[in-house]
Amino acid sequence: MTDLINAPLRELSAALAARKLSAVELATLFLDRIDRLNPGFNAFIAQDREQTLAQARAADASGKVGARDTPLAGIPLAHKDIFCTRGWRTSCGSHMLENFVSPYDAHVVERLAGAGMVTLGKLNMDEFAMGSSNETSYFGPVKNPWDTARVPGGSSGGSAAAIAARLTPAATGTDTGGSIRQPAALCGLTGLKPTYGAVSRYGMIAFASSLDQAGPMAKSAEDCALLLNAMAGFDARDSTSLERPAEDYTRDLEQPLAGLRIGMPREFFGDGMDADVRAAVEAALAEYRKLGATTVEVSLPNSGLSVPAYYVIAPAEASSNLSRFDGVRYGYRAPEYTDLNDMYSKSRAQGFGAEVKRRILIGTYVLSHGYYDAYYLKAQKIRRLIAADFVEAFKQCDVIMGPTSPSVAFAFGAKSADPVQMYLSDIYTISTNLAGLPGMSLPCGFGQGGMPVGLQIIGSWFGEAKMLQAAHQYQKAADWHTRMPENLK
Amino acid sequence: MSQWEVVIGLETHAQLRTKSKIFSGSSTAFGADPNVQANAVDIALPGVLPVLNREAVVCAIKFGLAVGATIAPRSVFARKNYFYPDLPKGYQISQFEVPVVQGGGLAIKVGAANDPNATATDKQVRLTRAHLEEDAGKSLHEDFHGRSGIDLNRAGTPLLEIVTEPDMRSSAEAVAYARALHALVQWIGICDGNMQEGSFRCDANVSVRRPGGPLGTRREIKNLNSFRFMQQAIDFEVQWQINEITEGRAIQQATVLFDPDTGTTRAMRSKEDAHDYRYFPDPDLLPLEIGPDWIAEVKSGMPELPQAMQARFHAEYGLSAYDATIVTASFSMADYFVTAVASAGAANAKTIANWIMGELAARLNKSDMPIEASPIAAAQLAGLIQRIADNTISNNIAKKVFEALWNGEGSSADEIIDKQGLKQITDSGAIEKIIDEVLATNQKSVEEFRSGKEKAFNALVGQAMKATRGKANPQQVTDLLKKKLGA
Repeated sequence: MTDLINAPLRELSAALAARKLSAVELATLFLDRIDRLNPGFNAFIAQDREQTLAQARAADASGKVGARDTPLAGIPLAHKDIFCTRGWRTSCGSHMLENFVSPYDAHVVERLAGAGMVTLGKLNMDEFAMGSSNETSYFGPVKNPWDTARVPGGSSGGSAAAIAARLTPAATGTDTGGSIRQPAALCGLTGLKPTYGAVSRYGMIAFASSLDQAGPMAKSAEDCALLLNAMAGFDARDSTSLERPAEDYTRDLEQPLAGLRIGMPREFFGDGMDADVRAAVEAALAEYRKLGATTVEVSLPNSGLSVPAYYVIAPAEASSNLSRFDGVRYGYRAPEYTDLNDMYSKSRAQGFGAEVKRRILIGTYVLSHGYYDAYYLKAQKIRRLIAADFVEAFKQCDVIMGPTSPSVAFAFGAKSADPVQMYLSDIYTISTNLAGLPGMSLPCGFGQGGMPVGLQIIGSWFGEAKMLQAAHQYQKAADWHTRMPENLK
Repeated sequence: MSQWEVVIGLETHAQLRTKSKIFSGSSTAFGADPNVQANAVDIALPGVLPVLNREAVVCAIKFGLAVGATIAPRSVFARKNYFYPDLPKGYQISQFEVPVVQGGGLAIKVGAANDPNATATDKQVRLTRAHLEEDAGKSLHEDFHGRSGIDLNRAGTPLLEIVTEPDMRSSAEAVAYARALHALVQWIGICDGNMQEGSFRCDANVSVRRPGGPLGTRREIKNLNSFRFMQQAIDFEVQWQINEITEGRAIQQATVLFDPDTGTTRAMRSKEDAHDYRYFPDPDLLPLEIGPDWIAEVKSGMPELPQAMQARFHAEYGLSAYDATIVTASFSMADYFVTAVASAGAANAKTIANWIMGELAARLNKSDMPIEASPIAAAQLAGLIQRIADNTISNNIAKKVFEALWNGEGSSADEIIDKQGLKQITDSGAIEKIIDEVLATNQKSVEEFRSGKEKAFNALVGQAMKATRGKANPQQVTDLLKKKLGA
């Protein structure tokens, strides 16, 4: 068996089922590792050893370990701090919710707990998921385990760093414009954003409701498929959750790739990406051809509009979604104020960080009387054009591939002074969210500074199984996903 | 006054009678302790999401059908963004660009509110729209020592906001419309109509203009929760606006409040302070789609509407337009009437209507009771009216029986008539005997009658009735008396 910190979930599951290992032992192993290594990365921002061990004991005693329908029972994971967790602080990376303990569990948390998984803690993130580098967290930036002078990506940077440093075998993430895929790419992991509506948003603190989607992050496509089996499914509490029969996302993993048609969008292979990223992505595509797939150039003519459209729609929804953080019922309230308006403005001025305020201001502006048509309505029209581009492209191919991020992980401070540069880090991932499509990122080599490069796969609507098959077959042929930072072994 | 024309449009918030809230499973019952009926969704915890209550949609469909409106096949929920402590999400979920109910109208009677002899004319008030939305909570500014308390029990209660065109031309018309709407929403069972508890509240947009001229600037009187206040507020506002214009001051668009203590309206905020609500479609909710099947299903469960019922009562029972309107003034009233007619037969429908509008209405009024609380059930009244019809009792005795039924002295008219011996005397021999006695003991009246005093005849009838404690058939007494006196 592979060593436990690098073991695929399937192996951990088998070891637990064979009683070679208990959930308590496994949780303890990771808890100790977190205690030892987390201070260097700042990935975990809430831990509760007793609660974790209690969950592990419960898993050991539950009868779920070894049961056919709960293969993840006894395996630990950690949650991005955007998911409400009963009994744990849920901060969303913000001063605003620094002391907020949720009285209820998010649907995703409920599902994974129901599958018998054990919570190791809560993971750092960009404040309210707004950021691509984890530099906007109130709790300080997360550091990339491959090079602690570099960012881990964002907003699910805590999730990515925790897995890269092998502090947890798996984590939950959320992706509004690339927040699962970009950090997965920058930290050398596999992460999947499902089709919009596949995973319930109930209990996931909203950033941009029409774009937000939760998904798994782990070391491999196979791990992600197992996690997605537990996370996905209809939930009546989310009106945008889709009522469709449950799927087994592992069903096609072992199917060979012969005949797979891979679309390469012309717009994703232009000047925008760094040479090291291009080299790794093209090598990966060559590997796919060796595996029997064919590649075809496709076009997404409106993809250049995705960043501007996104930075209208996402802030617009965010400006409204974040109105509930007003200091009245829970969360931060300024210690001193003169009247109601003063309480609102001081609580929100002190409780939110700069990037969150910037997006609230942008969103408020684009929704204002007289600007709504020019910005919000136009952005929604562009959104439909972008979706139509994908419909056309998928007539010629089964999956789309390209880079996840235009560059490998960058240094702290490199882009934080220029929001537009920062926003462009998501140039290849955002159109997927606007179209509601599933997308994933998997490691496909290393670039400048020995930093991981991510290959992005975009599937058609509800094409998760197909994407996972493509990723898994690649991971059987290439071992990039098994690498971990040398000094952490 | 006639040189000014008053223009009024009304916006009414009707609280829908659903068991749970419009976007959460909390109860909507009135009067619970603060915040006990507010769940995670109602207090807008991080991460919660709204789920539309289909019963609220059914209410909107019923309303749309009742006013002949278009039920939008696809309508959209939007967020109305503003900050207030009793608005937990920082936005209200409402409908903005595409409401669920579009157009339609409501007929009102103008010029003869309560007068059976005046000729009322029908007027159609056009509706602009009706849309679904959630109510806010309540801010309580007393008893908190300089602070405010927030009660979120009401937050998320479903409302139907019903908006008219500016079709009303007087406070009386506005009140007539509000009353008709109030009756209708209760009739179709979508609102309990309780104005004290805020289940039905109106805002009036009022302006004045020269007849035929362009519309004047309007001011909106908020939160009118009684018909009397509505009338007073509009009358005051109209006079105020006329005075302003006459004295050369232009009307500024504003929101005003009516103070019932002083009978005046007072500006709350001007147009300049108006919020920019930044409406946009709520991404947490899918567009509301209502297909023909759903509408048909709701339609099949709708009660007959008042206007249809009035026409039917006129055609089948010969009720006058006025009578038909009165007995259909409320669903419970109509239900009472229909039940009584079913029991006593269509031939007695007119008599039943008269009794409901006369004796019963007066008695209920005196006791300040709604008809549903009447101690005399419809079937009991029907039983009483059957005994009048078959001459068992006279109208006068019937009033006694009515009183006895009201006081619970018996379970049916028959029982009371029997127990109290009120059966009419129709045996001619017995009546003749009594008349002979009356004539013998009232010689003076007999002589007066014979000398041409018609009034004396009535006195003799009265004596005969008195002698039978009212039980003699008055017609028989009259006939026999005439025969005896050779008149």
